[in-house]
Amino acid sequence: MVTMEEYFNTYQSVDPQNVLHWVRVGEVSDFPENAGGCIKYKSKQVAVFHFERTNTWYACQNLCPHKLEMVLSRGMTGDAAGIPKVSCPLHKKSFSLEDGTNLNGEEYRIATYPVKIDNGNVYIGFAD
Amino acid sequence: MKKVIVVGNGMVGYKFCEKLAAHPQRDQFEITVFGEEPRPAYDRVHLSEYFSLKSSDPLLLAPRAWYEENRIELRTSELVSEIDTSIKRIVTHKNNSFQYDYLILATGSSPFVPPLEGVSKTGVFIYRTIEDLEAIEEYAKKLQSQGKYKAAILGGGLLGLEAANATKELGMETSVIEFAPRLMPRQLDQQASDLLIKKIESLGIHVYLGKNSKEIIGSPEITGIDFHDGSSLDVDMLVISAGIRPRDELAIKAGLLTGTRGGIEVNRKMETSDPSIFAIGEVALYNNGIYGLVAPGYEMAGVAVDQITGGEKLMSPTIDMSTKLKLVGTEVASFGDPFLENENAIAIRYENKQKGIYKRINISPDGSKLLGGILVGDASDYNNLFQLYINEIKLPEDAEDLILGARGGDGKSSFGSALDLPDSAQICSCESVSKGDICGSLTSGTCSSLKDVIGLTKASSCCGGCKPMVTELVNETLKSMGQEVKETICEHFEYSRQELYDLVKIHRIPTYNDALDQLGKGHGCEICKPVMASIFASIFMETANRQVGIQDSNDRFLANIQRNGTYSVVPRVPGGEITPEKLVVLGQVAKKYDLYTKITGGQRIDLFGAQLHELPLIWKELIEAGFESGHAYGKSLRTVKSCVGSTWCRYGMHDSVSFAIQIEERYKGLRSPHKLKGGVSGCIRECAEARGKDFGIIAVEGGWNLYVCGNGGANPKHAVLLASQLDDETCIKYLDRFLMFYIRTAAPLMRTAPWLDKLDGGLDYLKKVVVEDSLGIAEELENEMEELVNKFTCEWKEAIESPEMMKRFKHFINTDDSNEELVFVPMREQKMPKPW
Repeated sequence: MVTMEEYFNTYQSVDPQNVLHWVRVGEVSDFPENAGGCIKYKSKQVAVFHFERTNTWYACQNLCPHKLEMVLSRGMTGDAAGIPKVSCPLHKKSFSLEDGTNLNGEEYRIATYPVKIDNGNVYIGFAD
Repeated sequence: MKKVIVVGNGMVGYKFCEKLAAHPQRDQFEITVFGEEPRPAYDRVHLSEYFSLKSSDPLLLAPRAWYEENRIELRTSELVSEIDTSIKRIVTHKNNSFQYDYLILATGSSPFVPPLEGVSKTGVFIYRTIEDLEAIEEYAKKLQSQGKYKAAILGGGLLGLEAANATKELGMETSVIEFAPRLMPRQLDQQASDLLIKKIESLGIHVYLGKNSKEIIGSPEITGIDFHDGSSLDVDMLVISAGIRPRDELAIKAGLLTGTRGGIEVNRKMETSDPSIFAIGEVALYNNGIYGLVAPGYEMAGVAVDQITGGEKLMSPTIDMSTKLKLVGTEVASFGDPFLENENAIAIRYENKQKGIYKRINISPDGSKLLGGILVGDASDYNNLFQLYINEIKLPEDAEDLILGARGGDGKSSFGSALDLPDSAQICSCESVSKGDICGSLTSGTCSSLKDVIGLTKASSCCGGCKPMVTELVNETLKSMGQEVKETICEHFEYSRQELYDLVKIHRIPTYNDALDQLGKGHGCEICKPVMASIFASIFMETANRQVGIQDSNDRFLANIQRNGTYSVVPRVPGGEITPEKLVVLGQVAKKYDLYTKITGGQRIDLFGAQLHELPLIWKELIEAGFESGHAYGKSLRTVKSCVGSTWCRYGMHDSVSFAIQIEERYKGLRSPHKLKGGVSGCIRECAEARGKDFGIIAVEGGWNLYVCGNGGANPKHAVLLASQLDDETCIKYLDRFLMFYIRTAAPLMRTAPWLDKLDGGLDYLKKVVVEDSLGIAEELENEMEELVNKFTCEWKEAIESPEMMKRFKHFINTDDSNEELVFVPMREQKMPKPW
């Protein structure tokens, strides 16, 4: 189980301009449409979402900051007033996939990572 | 620009900021707030939830960013130490000084610590701030590691009981010590207190009444308390919650007028003796009283904002102390004068010791007016009673109906419609919003929905107790304006569930994506996706494997997610009948995959702790042994519970097990607006508890009685008789019609009991539709059900036979590793997830 401290040290948002490694995590067809899948990079678990209707991709930490469980990739996706979001399967806390803020107005937020698609492959940008 | 300084960032200080920030003249003020605690203002009313939340964030009234966005300077961890009224300046303990034009004192109160010997010993705590709670939690853990478990709370008032719940939640053996001969002496009478004590003691909290503490003993840690009556109590920690003292020291130093027993004197404008200084909340002495509830504090904040912006709003001449809350799991409410009983008031009491309910109302001798009352155990009538009291509404002829419910007759509520209230009726007392405010915002065109109304007036945004009444008022007002009240399911579809059901069916819309294109917008969300999934399932009997992405998380993985993200597995055991061979298989599978096993309430066996990638392996073995999915994860038919019936039981009238199996097999896999449960009892002793189910069948002379629309859970409801003395075939026919009618027309996540409550015409109408076929749709309903029944497939079998479907049962896409973050701890020879 992850402690609060490990969590803050492990999961930090990465801006596209700060990416050091684009890590290939699979092919487009490995990921479900309009839902999430989880990938592993070093000790990190990252949830990857394919919004098929607009063909956009998002990635965020798999860890829900509310109860510190590795579950966000199994949450339902959608949008709130146009903001793409994921809703945690445990208590339905919703997070923006654009900037990681909690959409229920609570303080905790999640780290987000850039995704790029190249030649049918999915890459996540990490700074470590 | 006028400078406003708010001293105190508690609930009332925050409310002042919120109201001033939203005021049209906001730009004329520069606002600075001081809070001595490290955090921004948080919800002290729900403080004890801190332990279960494990974080203070959800309790915050607004994050720091809110203050920034509203250009309010928030200075936390900074205590105002001095006011110089002559030059309108304050100084803080960090020696910073600030000028003000208006000073708002919202310093609140501190716990009153009685002058007992030994209060400064280690292990003695107060209960007020998050820091206090953290200290209590840390100390409790330390004690437990030493094998010490005894905690006591000094004070059996409202806050004391909250504190008792908190230490109990921490795993301490908790006692409550109260000086008065009853609990919550300001709110409850003896009878109410006795009942509350019974309830609290049943949860393992001991209550000691009439105890006058003499001395806290132990050195240096507390080991016990001695009482004046010579008795004593061994305790390892003590939390003092013996009342509050206004934090008026700053005001006294500044020379403001204060009361002899504390509190800053204010007039109806909330002005102190210095007209540029206002006092609000628990520090204000108004009408010779200090008010420790949020509602009057919020009203004071509103009055102060109005006054400094040039308004003329005054504080209500009398302060209403009515309150409703949940204490240690028990609903408790009191309103008006709860104790009144003299030549000018008559009390009517109702007590049900079996159910743990006590209700008391005090009415005028002529029976026309409600003057006050107490509710314990069931406070669901509080809102209605409070409205009758606060608006002095003439009572119905038989006032006792108010607490007993109308007996006999038409079964109508004794309260009438919320629309009958006068415009001045206060609906939301936390935010002081009247019926006129709510209805007016709609009739003037400012608002057009419940969301608008809550956004504008803030009604029901605080404790939420008035939400049902606000909703009713909004719906009824919109209806009276000739507007149809649209119960749209979410922002992506402007339709009700029933409309979507019809549209999907008529246009044969094949997928969710098509539905979004044709009927909705955006990407959808966690509300509309499962609703649509349920509709597709109810019309086409498609399994959760077809449109995986729109299934609720549990349906997507065909299992119930548990607190650590692992799953539980529940195979179907129709009617609760199982062979020894199958029982052995369940045991073997559980052993092989190290699963925690427990018998469910629906007569099946739940296997917990399976990881995502183990689910197909487990199911492969179960299916080979002849099991099928139990759909415990779905909004669908769960179980049909049975008693053993006439085959074994010496009282049984019919074979309830066979009938339960037949019915469970018929409706298995049927998806519906909410979960469905059934039961069949072999005689009127009702051992299957069938009347606590959505449909219940009870054997009687000459056939089966069919009851519908019951449920257990938070609001238990007995199912009501739909038809009697039916043969097997007719019983199933009526059930088909009833279930299909419910599936077609209910709102999302609405079980059969509330659906019946909302059904125009109620049970009589339902009988007409189902039994007499008044709408002429009975055959259609039966045919639809028959089609669904014939199309059943076990979705687990379907999933494990398809390699494509199996792809989703993997924790990682890019590696075969399993999730290593899972930690289990042993418990009674099995295991459980490591607690949060």
